[in-house]
Amino acid sequence: MTVEPRFETGTFTPRPGPGAPLRMLRAQALTELRLALRNGEQVLLTLLIPVALLVGLSLLDVVPLPEPRVAAVTPGVLALAVMSTAFTSQAISFGFDRRYGVIRRLAATALPRWLLVAGRLAALLGVVVIQVVLLCALAALLGWQPAGAGIGWAVLLVLLGCAAFGSLGILLGGSLRAEITLAVANLVWFVLLLAGGIALPIAQLPGPLAAVASALPSGALAEGLRGALADGHAPGWGPVLVLVAWTATATALATRTVKLR
Amino acid sequence: MHVRGLVKRYGRTTAVDGLDLALSAGSVLALLGPNGAGKTTTVEVCEGFLTADAGEVRVLGVDPAGAPDALRARIGVMPQGGGAYPGVHAAEMLRVVAACSAHPLDVGWLIGVLGLESCARTPFKRLSGGQQQRLALACAIVGRPELVFLDEPTAGMDPQGRRLVWDLIDAMRRDGVAVLLTTHLMEEAEALADEVVIVDHGKVVAQGSPAALTACSTHQELRFRAKPGMDLAGLTAALPAEYRAAETKAGRYLVQGRIDPGILSTITAWCAGQGALADDVQVARRSLEDVFLELTGRELRP
Repeated sequence: MTVEPRFETGTFTPRPGPGAPLRMLRAQALTELRLALRNGEQVLLTLLIPVALLVGLSLLDVVPLPEPRVAAVTPGVLALAVMSTAFTSQAISFGFDRRYGVIRRLAATALPRWLLVAGRLAALLGVVVIQVVLLCALAALLGWQPAGAGIGWAVLLVLLGCAAFGSLGILLGGSLRAEITLAVANLVWFVLLLAGGIALPIAQLPGPLAAVASALPSGALAEGLRGALADGHAPGWGPVLVLVAWTATATALATRTVKLR
Repeated sequence: MHVRGLVKRYGRTTAVDGLDLALSAGSVLALLGPNGAGKTTTVEVCEGFLTADAGEVRVLGVDPAGAPDALRARIGVMPQGGGAYPGVHAAEMLRVVAACSAHPLDVGWLIGVLGLESCARTPFKRLSGGQQQRLALACAIVGRPELVFLDEPTAGMDPQGRRLVWDLIDAMRRDGVAVLLTTHLMEEAEALADEVVIVDHGKVVAQGSPAALTACSTHQELRFRAKPGMDLAGLTAALPAEYRAAETKAGRYLVQGRIDPGILSTITAWCAGQGALADDVQVARRSLEDVFLELTGRELRP
């Protein structure tokens, strides 16, 4: 009995070569974006909780806030959204991606290291764009009117926030075991939400805590956004320097400690 | 691909200790060895993931440690245990990897060939071990590489999956792809490899074609059945000195040594002299597994 050859001659004749950088970037970033939007826990963290907080705090009088409440709430919720995506969600997915060997898998292709990072960054920015559009539209429906002059500053702050939280997320997810990353990333998220200048403006925090919070990326981002979106102020050097410093420190540490698996 | 005198240490343990390998286009090299023998370390040095402590490594004319990106555009890698996003679907993952190559194979075709369309909507982490392995193999070959590294490609696969992978490796060899595979399945090495290199404790302990490794003439054996309890002294005396004869179980006899027609007739004549008929006579070459166990010992490895 002869068996039909399963593969025609020439099927696997070598024809190697690297893919076009843009095609690689697109394939990786779109896949990671789709995965982020398909993962229930990540959507809860990045979209549902910020939306619930925005609507809840704007409509219900649970915390004392100046009127209009939505104007006081929105900048903090935007800062929370950035932290959720760039830090917590990023650290957890990076931790499990490493566990499942995908970073290693991609590094074994022609994808250069810088594109691997760029792809993650692009996917992260994609989620942040969706969050910002959704949250701003919802806030507008609730009567929010941001200061037009501050919008450019707010965009800059969001990008700096993505950089600071993103590099911290990569540092965390790339250095510890996936389960520990999961626990730490959620804990830090919760602590920064309550005491890091996001839920409550720094001015309402007790003295020593306020000083600490303004040096944290959460406090810097939230305060910067409050100033820019409420009054159209430039954020000043304080928040910008804080965010840049966290980015630089976390990136420097990450390049030394992050392992592919 | 050429490896000469490769040494790789982790702290105080030496994983690879002066290893030599050579592999040319259109051939399959199997790296065979027990767990912890240094197979994966060797492969990862060749892929540029690890840097050698000593020795010369040239893969497709390139030093993998110096130019990993240039090299990786030309090779295909199947890491042990695969590698994919935990929530990704098979075709999505394969599309990402295919996009990294200039002229990839058709993703839909490859998914079909590897029998992965039935789990098209299943996240990677819920795929069975065999399905994960098949996806990892697809990722390794989708870019039409010149050289493929397969680290235990059939681990966790069912017999059908294993046959498919063997067919695939055969077809790649036929089409001029060089394949380096690590395995601890003797059957796999015997079926696929042009050249087998047995490693242990980071060193090559034997190498050659499967036929050459198993044909070592002093290691044949003959088994037969006859009435139990025959006195073997006469048989031992009739056979040349290096032969051994034993009754392994009541009525089952084993003769070890080079079995040729003369020896066979000596044995049957002796049986006839004892008034017995040698029944169920089997001559066996030793298997690659026998060679392997003889060279690497029988104790369990961590």
